[in-house]
Amino acid sequence: MSDQKNNDVPEKTEQGLGKTEYSVSEILKQRGVSRRDFLKFCTAMTAALSLPASFAPSVAQALDEVKRPTLVWLEFQDCAGDTEALLRAANPTVGEIILDILSVDYHETIMAAAGHQAEEALEKAITTYKGKYLCVVEGSISMKDGGVYGCTSGKTHLETARRVCGGALATIAIGTCASYGGIPAAVPNPTGAVGVRDAVPGATIINLPGCPCNADNLTATVVYYLVFGKIPAMDSKGRPLFAYGKRIHDNCERRPHFDAGQYVEHWGDDAHRKGFCLYKMGCKGPATFHNCPTQRYNEKTSWPVGSGHGCAGCSEPQFWDTMSPLYHRLPNVPGFGIEATADKIGLGLVAGAAAAFAVHGALNALRKDKEPEETKEG
Amino acid sequence: MSESCKFKCYIWELPVRWCHWVNVLSIVTLAVTGFFIGTPFSFGSSASDFTMGWIRFVHFTAAYAFVVSVLSRIIWSFIGNKYAGWREFLPFLTVSGREKMVRMFRYYMFMDKEVPETIGHNPLATTAYLALFLLYILMILTGFSLYAEHAPGGLMHRTLGFMYALFSAQGMRLAHHISMWLIFGFVINHIYSAWLMDIKERGSEISSMFSGYKFTVKKEK
Repeated sequence: MSDQKNNDVPEKTEQGLGKTEYSVSEILKQRGVSRRDFLKFCTAMTAALSLPASFAPSVAQALDEVKRPTLVWLEFQDCAGDTEALLRAANPTVGEIILDILSVDYHETIMAAAGHQAEEALEKAITTYKGKYLCVVEGSISMKDGGVYGCTSGKTHLETARRVCGGALATIAIGTCASYGGIPAAVPNPTGAVGVRDAVPGATIINLPGCPCNADNLTATVVYYLVFGKIPAMDSKGRPLFAYGKRIHDNCERRPHFDAGQYVEHWGDDAHRKGFCLYKMGCKGPATFHNCPTQRYNEKTSWPVGSGHGCAGCSEPQFWDTMSPLYHRLPNVPGFGIEATADKIGLGLVAGAAAAFAVHGALNALRKDKEPEETKEG
Repeated sequence: MSESCKFKCYIWELPVRWCHWVNVLSIVTLAVTGFFIGTPFSFGSSASDFTMGWIRFVHFTAAYAFVVSVLSRIIWSFIGNKYAGWREFLPFLTVSGREKMVRMFRYYMFMDKEVPETIGHNPLATTAYLALFLLYILMILTGFSLYAEHAPGGLMHRTLGFMYALFSAQGMRLAHHISMWLIFGFVINHIYSAWLMDIKERGSEISSMFSGYKFTVKKEK
């Protein structure tokens, strides 16, 4: 292995980026990934990127030659769920290694260094590769009171984000918190939490929302960058179209039951056991853009709707506020009681109007009017 | 009607009446199918059925008819006669319009006995119609924005881009539901008032929406 490694070390590149000299395929070879597995991975990534199958050789060729960029991974107001999703990625042999190769420079949760040593690593990475490194941000950024509600090693997250993301080639906001503020930004948002795009305006940001983000989408985004040397096409909410370009409802395996009119009425009823549509159980698939139905989770085993639970809309901005209550179709009407739905209030309004006009009509029937003498209009 | 004779006046031109009845039919269709879409019950017996699909198809078709009708009526308010004109819908901008509104309001509140005679619309009604048309526009925008989500990046989705910045998808659904109930509230008011004024004015208020003719005390100039 060590012999092979020595043989594989190429001469210094024109960039002179020391340890970034290995191409991706060389590193994979060192880690014991077979050529066959590598090609399988390239094909899977081509599919995840919604590219035609004919692109798979191009992806493989590009990954063969590309040099690994430096990547730093920052964690702010988060639960480390996206890190967890990545570490437990179903394709660790290739996908995780791709990210592992990239992320060694700084990752608070998984790096061996601690304290000042870790800070030095970050400092070194962002100064040496200024404008050339990729940054992944996990978690929202507190803006209130100068950002004092979120600090790491004495610096506010806001300060760190502006410095690190501001000097990055591109920033990947992973998870809903980093993308849009997520759960920390839910009403009443005590820390003034926002996503990276609001905290570091002007930086190049790719949002990969989801709670957690599907690690396959992260890998595919990085592969896209490695292959094409640019960031993927994005929608108005800053999400790559290959992963967030279609609504869950429109790619859902239960969609035929929706169109047919076959709905789960209660948890555990016959319709639920038969896998009917979860529309009436408050599924937010019709309001959510994500590739969950096609990409799925855990080695494409399943996904929430596939396992019988409605979509929570976790990859949409302000999902915690706008998608709740999770088990009802519509949000509650602000200012009314928790159980008052729009339809109940509307029915009350209409009944009230009907009653008022019935009384008005009765009173009118009783009164004697004076006939108009002539019209006031010309 | 006592001694005086009433004159027959052509008030509602054909496009006004057409728009009115297309609105009625499309709103009834949209409300019934829309309520179904919002709160369906399990009516499909096989996964090969397309019951919800057809109901949604009817909803979208009626929506297009409604849009054409509302847009036509707005255009007609610039080219039609003065009873159809846009000025009619802003009576509160003029002193005489405000006076007529107060008189109408006092009559409705049983404070006046004299039925305020109007040739075209009554100013209180046109104020309600203005609010109604704003509701229509909200309905059309939220409805088509939700509809366009099946084809992100398409022409309709891009044209309505500002809606997705203003509303969350669920916020649009809520606005769409609440507006339907507000329109129901209006319909009750509208039918009642037409019935009331038909009796009180004796100007053929209700049949005028079929024939176009109303009867008034004063002859048209």
